Amino acid sequence: MLTVDIKKKLSDFTLHISFTAPNKTIVLFGPSGCGKTTILRCIAGLLKPDEGSIVSNDTTFYSSTKAIHLPPKKRNVSYMFQDFALFPHMNVKHNIWYGVKTPSQEANELYEKLITLLKIEHLPHRSISQLSGGEKQRVAMARALMAEPQILLLDEPLSALDAQSRYELQDELKKLQEIWNIPFVLVTHSPEEAQALGSEVIFLHQGQQVSEPPPSWNMNGNGKTTRSSFQYFY
Amino acid sequence: MVEWQPVILSIKVASISVLFVFFLGVLSAYVMRSTDIPGKAALESFFTLPLVLPPVVIGFLLLILVGKQGPIGILLTKYFDIQIIFTQSAAVLAGTVVSFPLMYQSTKAAFEGIDKTLEDAARTLGASEWRVFWTVTVPLSWPGLVSGLVLSFARTLGEFGATIMIAGNIPGKTQTIPLAIYFATESNDLVTAGMYVIIISVITFSIIFGLNHWKGKNITLQ
Repeated sequence: MLTVDIKKKLSDFTLHISFTAPNKTIVLFGPSGCGKTTILRCIAGLLKPDEGSIVSNDTTFYSSTKAIHLPPKKRNVSYMFQDFALFPHMNVKHNIWYGVKTPSQEANELYEKLITLLKIEHLPHRSISQLSGGEKQRVAMARALMAEPQILLLDEPLSALDAQSRYELQDELKKLQEIWNIPFVLVTHSPEEAQALGSEVIFLHQGQQVSEPPPSWNMNGNGKTTRSSFQYFY
Repeated sequence: MVEWQPVILSIKVASISVLFVFFLGVLSAYVMRSTDIPGKAALESFFTLPLVLPPVVIGFLLLILVGKQGPIGILLTKYFDIQIIFTQSAAVLAGTVVSFPLMYQSTKAAFEGIDKTLEDAARTLGASEWRVFWTVTVPLSWPGLVSGLVLSFARTLGEFGATIMIAGNIPGKTQTIPLAIYFATESNDLVTAGMYVIIISVITFSIIFGLNHWKGKNITLQ
């Protein structure tokens, strides 16, 4: 369980977000520049909020009142970057093992499980430059989960992929979340992705949470926003 | 008659200097990149100063600092019974100071060229700053670091002004190739001077050629 309640002043507006993420996929949805990535960077510890708190289970990552700001290495939060950020000077296997502190039998088993689940058994000795977009995404996912995180942050994980890979990987992401059973916090500006992946969608507009969709958003019979409602953001 | 001692000494001095320059250059570039200390711009200018000041001015300043009556010279004599002036250590010191900006600038440019997201990725995978530095920052900036090392080595090999000010010209002790060329020419021994010119030209050309070849290969591989 992840609880986030933070404020951070950005150049054009003040970001203010408050949400609780159970062990499901929470989608932060909004247009480019609305502060989505900033939220992920604050959770990961790469940025410091101005005030508020970030708590994961019993660990306080950040608290302005208690003056706590844990560095990223102590948070056990994996982050899948938009361009995957795979280390170009290491092969696939070394990338995946980077986050493992001490190699063990369990780590070996996890590695085998991950490369099988993500269908990358044939890639371990390839260099990163030899991978396709979809393969890079899978390797980045394996590397992130190999570190055995408490939380996984995904920044536009499918945006760099073609339509076919996107559909395939959407299903894999859902499956992985069910298996790992940790909070996945996913950022996207794609309505399709938000609807397909999110157990809960948080709408963001200029750093503010929009809890009640404005009347201009169309709603379907279940009270859920339809695709056209997302036009609000464009 | 060509003596090999200045050639050997020049290579020795340049080799030791680049060791110091490597650590000082990398450390300074890293600190300047990762901290936001007050007076950073002034410090940056100070680090580049040896590149723009005439080497003889650097030699003069070093003489004031580490000479027998200089503040550092007095301390070294008093506490360690060491005298730097007119020794090979002085030649190393001169070489280190004049070539430092080349290493610093090359390293700084190499660090700036790294995608910071890769370092952030390493941090979120639980790596300490030390591990991020050695496993991500250094390997990715390696071509720039090697360029800095090679240029520093070549610069130290050709160092004259600062070296003569603090190491002097003691044949067999502190006489490097550039000094040997100067004093052979002054004694009208143009054959010896010419031989040294050929030797230093061949060495520096080989180094730069080797670097360009390595870089070309590296870029092709990438």
